[in-house]
Amino acid sequence: MSLAIPQAAPSLRLRPQPQPLVIEVGSVPIQLRSSDPRFRKLIEKRYAGFLNPSAIPACRFEIHLTSNARLIDQDLTVFKRGSVWRLERGDFLAELDLRCREGWIRQTANPYSIDSVLRITHSLLLATEGGFLLHASSAMRNGRAFLFAGVSGAGKTTMARLAPPDATLLTDEISYVRRAGSGYQAHGTPFAGELARPGANLSAPLDTLFLLEKAPANSVHPVAQRLAASAFLRHVLFFAEDAELVSRVFESALEFVSRVNIARLAFQPDARVWELIR
Amino acid sequence: MNEVYIARSMQIASRMLDGEMIIMSAVDSTLFNLNAVGTIIWQAADGITPLSEIVARRICIKFDVSQEVAYRDALEFVKDLESHGILSVFERPFVCDPPEAVES
Repeated sequence: MSLAIPQAAPSLRLRPQPQPLVIEVGSVPIQLRSSDPRFRKLIEKRYAGFLNPSAIPACRFEIHLTSNARLIDQDLTVFKRGSVWRLERGDFLAELDLRCREGWIRQTANPYSIDSVLRITHSLLLATEGGFLLHASSAMRNGRAFLFAGVSGAGKTTMARLAPPDATLLTDEISYVRRAGSGYQAHGTPFAGELARPGANLSAPLDTLFLLEKAPANSVHPVAQRLAASAFLRHVLFFAEDAELVSRVFESALEFVSRVNIARLAFQPDARVWELIR
Repeated sequence: MNEVYIARSMQIASRMLDGEMIIMSAVDSTLFNLNAVGTIIWQAADGITPLSEIVARRICIKFDVSQEVAYRDALEFVKDLESHGILSVFERPFVCDPPEAVES
């Protein structure tokens, strides 16, 4: 008779670590690591056109999913303690240490929180190099990029919806602009708005930023530099409470205004407006 | 009339464009556009020139306005900027303290 008590043999097989996902927007790759297979699938699907597993990440986040939703109506705050950026909102908490470019995100399993963390992280990274995230739609036509900015309801989504077949939508919601030589390059983003359609993962030299205004007829008007600067600054997405970085964004915005063609586009919502955009 | 003295905050970024001042609060990114009169007051906010003198010497000689009206409007304007934290209003001339000596 065997006295040995049968026990389940401990598995010697190591569970493979899930591969991290690298999401590259504007040629800035950000690595996300999550051990939850369903959440990974969700991220893969949401950012399908922007995954680049071979890119070397500019920073890395470990995602910790929690079932405990915090106060949902807590406003966003972004601030720095030493070298660590802290991002807080009702639905997520995240930190990013700029020395090692590593951080973590605590959130529930929803796509909106990770989307926000990515946007904020990009805005912080771009701020140090003279680039921006802008509340604007953008499209590529004839190898040039055009941005359409305006207050809510001014027609950003309408311009995206009316785009002719030879124009490629870069985004209907959040435009991505980086310095490139003496000008700027506009990049497509997966950050979708009302159209719920991610932009194309393409980029082109920025031609014109149009400030949208609904009107009975289509026309383009020059904008004085001061008005252009004020309008542009109102459309820049920047969330951090950090005096040094705010000053840099301000100077970068004025630099942008001095280098880029900015015009007022008065338009009626029909496709003929695109005849002015070439 | 009690004199007031005004000084620009250090926590701002600003630039003159087309003769008017754009100011951004470096604390909360709020943006301010000053008109020509506001820009004159802003530029003169050195902490040691009384507001009444700024109004008399820089505004009333340039614009068709009485000193009384201009001063009242200017006072309201600087208090508004103070409430946003981009300008400080004092009852005495404001001179920055010299930095303390560092002990070695």
